[in-house]
Amino acid sequence: MKQIKTKIISNRLIGPMCYHMVLEAPSVARAIKPGQFIHVRCSDSFEPLLRRPFSLHRKNGGRIEILYKVVGSGTEILSRRQSGEAVDVLGPLGNGFAPKLSTLNSQLSTILVAGGMGVAPLVALAQELSKKKTQKLRVLIGACSKSRILCEEEFRALGAEVSISTEDGSKGAKGLITDRLNFLLSTLNSQLSTIYACGPNAMLKALSRIANAKRIPCQVSLEERMACGVGACLGCPVKVKAGEYKMVCKDGPVFDAEEIAW
Amino acid sequence: MVEVKIGRLRLANPVMAASGTFGYGEEYNRLFDINSLGAIVTKTITLKPRIGNPPPRIVETPSGMLNSIGLENKGLDDFLKTRAQPLKRLKTKVIVSIAGETAQELKILTGRVSSSGAADAIELNLSCPNVKGPGMAARDVEAARKIVKAVRKAVKLTLIAKLSPNVTDIAEIAKAVEDAGADAVSLINTFPAMAVDINTQRPILGNATGGLSGPAIKPIALKMVWDAYNAVKIPIIGIGGIMSAQDAIEFILCGASAVQVGTANFINPKASLEIIEGIEKYLKKKNLKDVNELIGRLRIWPR
Ligand SMILES: Cc1cc2nc3c(=O)[nH]c(=O)nc-3n(C[C@H](O)[C@H](O)[C@H](O)COP(=O)(O)OP(=O)(O)OC[C@H]3O[C@@H](n4cnc5c(N)ncnc54)[C@H](O)[C@@H]3O)c2cc1C
Ligand SMILES: Cc1cc2nc3c(=O)[nH]c(=O)nc-3n(C[C@H](O)[C@H](O)[C@H](O)COP(=O)(O)O)c2cc1C
Ligand code: FES
Repeated sequence: MKQIKTKIISNRLIGPMCYHMVLEAPSVARAIKPGQFIHVRCSDSFEPLLRRPFSLHRKNGGRIEILYKVVGSGTEILSRRQSGEAVDVLGPLGNGFAPKLSTLNSQLSTILVAGGMGVAPLVALAQELSKKKTQKLRVLIGACSKSRILCEEEFRALGAEVSISTEDGSKGAKGLITDRLNFLLSTLNSQLSTIYACGPNAMLKALSRIANAKRIPCQVSLEERMACGVGACLGCPVKVKAGEYKMVCKDGPVFDAEEIAW
Repeated sequence: MVEVKIGRLRLANPVMAASGTFGYGEEYNRLFDINSLGAIVTKTITLKPRIGNPPPRIVETPSGMLNSIGLENKGLDDFLKTRAQPLKRLKTKVIVSIAGETAQELKILTGRVSSSGAADAIELNLSCPNVKGPGMAARDVEAARKIVKAVRKAVKLTLIAKLSPNVTDIAEIAKAVEDAGADAVSLINTFPAMAVDINTQRPILGNATGGLSGPAIKPIALKMVWDAYNAVKIPIIGIGGIMSAQDAIEFILCGASAVQVGTANFINPKASLEIIEGIEKYLKKKNLKDVNELIGRLRIWPR
């Protein structure tokens, strides 16, 4: 974990209210893994006061990239930051995905399930997985409508088979992403599959039920409002089946789906 | 010189990390050497484990934040088993924060914490707004007096009573705990507060209400420190919205012998280090040799 001043290389609008930011941050880039996040001071003033967490979206040499949606004051201020400016970043934080990479079994399939902005950390994971071309990478992207589908080309460029679904049917299959997942699983040997997912809680909950029923290992990246981001304030709890709370920032944000008390 | 004394406790400098915002020091020690701080105050522990409040526990508000952690902690036994050793290894002073429902509970806590050797001082949290029960003592003068008296008997270590701002007269409470034998008072804890989501028409916090901290509370905290300073002789530790050396110096001028930094840790984990440096610079600029000369130095306008 480091607290550093990074330089904005670029900060571009790439979709409705969606921005892609590249930061020069060699010491963080060296250590950060897919699923981990950085805690960003959106401005140098105390407005907004707290840092905002963003997942690693891509790593490129000494640069890290984030993909974010403007939903409130912090992300709005971030979206107006210009290249060349300095941004205070704390990271890498949390535990990333723990992909099973070692085996050479070509029957294995890895399924990434991304709802809305959930594509952000899964691109980083696909990037890592694609370095070892040992398994088939399948990506499901779901959103409410066509304009909200992000990163399709990025996943394809990484060698993934991508399938899209939208709730209004404006692109890909019409319906929920979990329906697509059920369909995909019916065509695969589920014993040999692993799921990695990020998206709205309701989606993750539904998905974990599917994974559980079919006994498929499933890791999910969760979100909670954060203050410290490092495990010091106990501000970002998620209830686990053992009945206690774990901290999303320190024990997660990636958890085994079956551990969570949905 | 920036050394200050709180009871028998000698601090290398007057800046400490506030309870609940710094865990047990472990996380931030990975980012910088926390031994540079005057002291750390650990997350409040209770006799029995507490699971804490349901999420969301955090929400940002104008120039501040609300929290409703609900004193989540793993209890005394776990503290002694897993936290005491690493705390002993720290070179900075360790102030262990405790809370309890009854005098009996607090006596057990203080007794066992002090014999563990992990604490250089005890901070008695009279005032968490997020739990029912122990919070009461900070609002009621007689209850506060009784509790502090009981704990005083059980502990030789420096005893600091942490006060809630949720009272009619902070001076009166400060006086009561001084009479009861507290070596110092620290103030303030967070203000009971709320945030509402008009889309869902629900409170944002899972617990509905929480405690307000950060820059928003600083002016009120300053006034309370000033009031307490004019009422008691024991040292005062100023807390509330301290983000910079300037903020810390304002508290010292109003009568604080030392300060605690809370919310600022979340924004800039190294805030305390910058504050220490800033205080030293200020002393130099004002041609002062000793930070103790600043305590309560506020010069009231002539009438
Ligand atoms: C580990 C982690 C990784 C994240 N990665 C990304 C990412 O890669 N890209 C991205 O666009 N967003 C990501 N988020 C969510 C992002 O942090 C929030 O959208 C952001 O903090 C909102 O800040 P704001 O000031 O713009 O909005 P605010 O004004 O603070 O809030 C606006 C709305 O966003 C919701 N919100 C605020 N904070 C959070 C939070 N921490 N988690 C969930 N909802 C929140 C609130 O319910 C509110 O309705 C991540 C969150 C976490 C916890
Ligand atoms: C997330 C959080 C948790 C806290 N937990 C405790 C606690 O366990 N015990 C305690 O005495 N004070 C606790 N506090 C209060 C702080 O120690 C401090 O009194 C208060 O936040 C005001 O200072 P600040 O404005 O610098 O944060 C907590 C504050 C925050 C923000
Ligand atoms: S945000 Fe502080 S513990 Fe997770």
